[in-house]
Amino acid sequence: MEYLIHLAILISIWSMLAVSLNLILGYTGLLSITHAAFFGLGAYATAISITVYDINFFLSILIGILITGIVSLLFGLVLSRFKGDIYALASFGLNIIVFSIFLNWQELTRGPLGIPGINRPEILDFVFKNNLYFLILVAITSFLIYLLSEYIVKSSFGRVLQAIREKEEIIQVFGYKTQFFKLTIFVISACIASVAGSFFASYITFIDPSTFDLQESIFILAIVILGGLANNKGAFVGTVFLILLPEVLRFVGFPTDVAAQMRQVVYGLLLVGLMMYRPQGLLGKFKL
Amino acid sequence: MSILKLKNFHKHFNGTKAVSGVSFEIEKGKITGLIGPNGSGKSTLINLVTGVVLKNKGVLVISDSVKIDKIKPFDIKTFGITRTFQNVQVFEQMTVLDNILLTLSKRTVWGSLFEKYSQIYEDRASNILKLIGLSAKKNELAENLSYGQRKLLEIGRAISMDVDVILFDEPYAGLFPEMVKKVSEILKHLREQDKAILLVEHNMDLIRELCDHLVVMNAGEVLAEGKVEQVLSKQNVIEAYLGE
Repeated sequence: MEYLIHLAILISIWSMLAVSLNLILGYTGLLSITHAAFFGLGAYATAISITVYDINFFLSILIGILITGIVSLLFGLVLSRFKGDIYALASFGLNIIVFSIFLNWQELTRGPLGIPGINRPEILDFVFKNNLYFLILVAITSFLIYLLSEYIVKSSFGRVLQAIREKEEIIQVFGYKTQFFKLTIFVISACIASVAGSFFASYITFIDPSTFDLQESIFILAIVILGGLANNKGAFVGTVFLILLPEVLRFVGFPTDVAAQMRQVVYGLLLVGLMMYRPQGLLGKFKL
Repeated sequence: MSILKLKNFHKHFNGTKAVSGVSFEIEKGKITGLIGPNGSGKSTLINLVTGVVLKNKGVLVISDSVKIDKIKPFDIKTFGITRTFQNVQVFEQMTVLDNILLTLSKRTVWGSLFEKYSQIYEDRASNILKLIGLSAKKNELAENLSYGQRKLLEIGRAISMDVDVILFDEPYAGLFPEMVKKVSEILKHLREQDKAILLVEHNMDLIRELCDHLVVMNAGEVLAEGKVEQVLSKQNVIEAYLGE
């Protein structure tokens, strides 16, 4: 049971990341590979707030959102100069910069040693120590984020994002200053990733830079593409699939000495196969 | 009354002149035709006027009072101008209704984010769809429309902007005769509403039927301008364009 709760918590956290990245990638068509940086900013904001300043978890989420909001605004201003492949490469570079800061600003982040002893959320003397209670909290948050995302994409604002994805030059002729729309959705998306990071830090109770590297950004990207672009339910389905797939492969019965490697190979092959036969992802309508 | 004046527009692409010293006026309640051989600079001129392509030189004067030197595409709506495109440019992965609603909703980030669902917009969009004959396709993705229907949708989108000046870049290209009739009706309807229309077109019958004023371009320059029949009978126009 504990194992299933653990998986459900991971799914809840990563579905926040997927839903938020889908706002940029799926709905706006911007190939951003820097989401792990915002995930990390939220995690470090919570870790440092709790372990160093003894700040309540819920307040630390707000601190994370504030810091991530400022950083993503700056990143967004830089990225707004680029389009297409160059945008992806530039965002890639920004992820590396943030990762290097996590790794090298040792006075603040403790570098590769990481930050241990991060407390679980606490509200009115009630500590979410039990994983089931933590799951309820994170699942509710994840659902609220899903609702927020649905609201955004179904609003007039969301319609503009979809027009930007298709033909940015054309939508400008109708009076839309598209750079403001792109910047706003980038910041909103980053702030959601920060919330996911806060929950992750509090759940695992220990963070180090390795969780927030480029590979993590690519993993979140894979979830969104696999689940289906421009579909919030797809982001959730993609998360369930990619979080559970490696777990399912544990039970396939590979010889013990090569089991780990074989799981990676099968995992990779399944993804390649899926992209070959359903490039728009499981629930998506559009290809990347 | 002149609502839009183009003064001395110039555009060069890597030393090749595309538009050179073009000046003319567009009036309210009139359809101004813009004709010329392929590559004469007609579409480039519309791109310059709407800021889609940056001009090298030239001033746009609105209603004899506002002079615009630097034109940004997102500003032209503010100046009461909109356009269609030579290659049809609808948002294919959006519904027909959403394509129209895009032109009606608020243009600011916060305005559009917190905009309440508006029945007024829906009603206006429905009226436009009725006018262009696409009411039945309202909830279909634009990618499922035929080429002609996409052209009509693009025209509908331009009309729904409710601006004073509409620049139509070859709206008849590739249309069936019934659709040609429909578009002509729409243009006449807009003229009755006192809109200023610039019509880029190759079909001389349509030019004769619809236009009040005609501008002929050749090699990036204005070759002739004036009343339709007078312009079409000029020897240099016949030689350069009509080839009769």
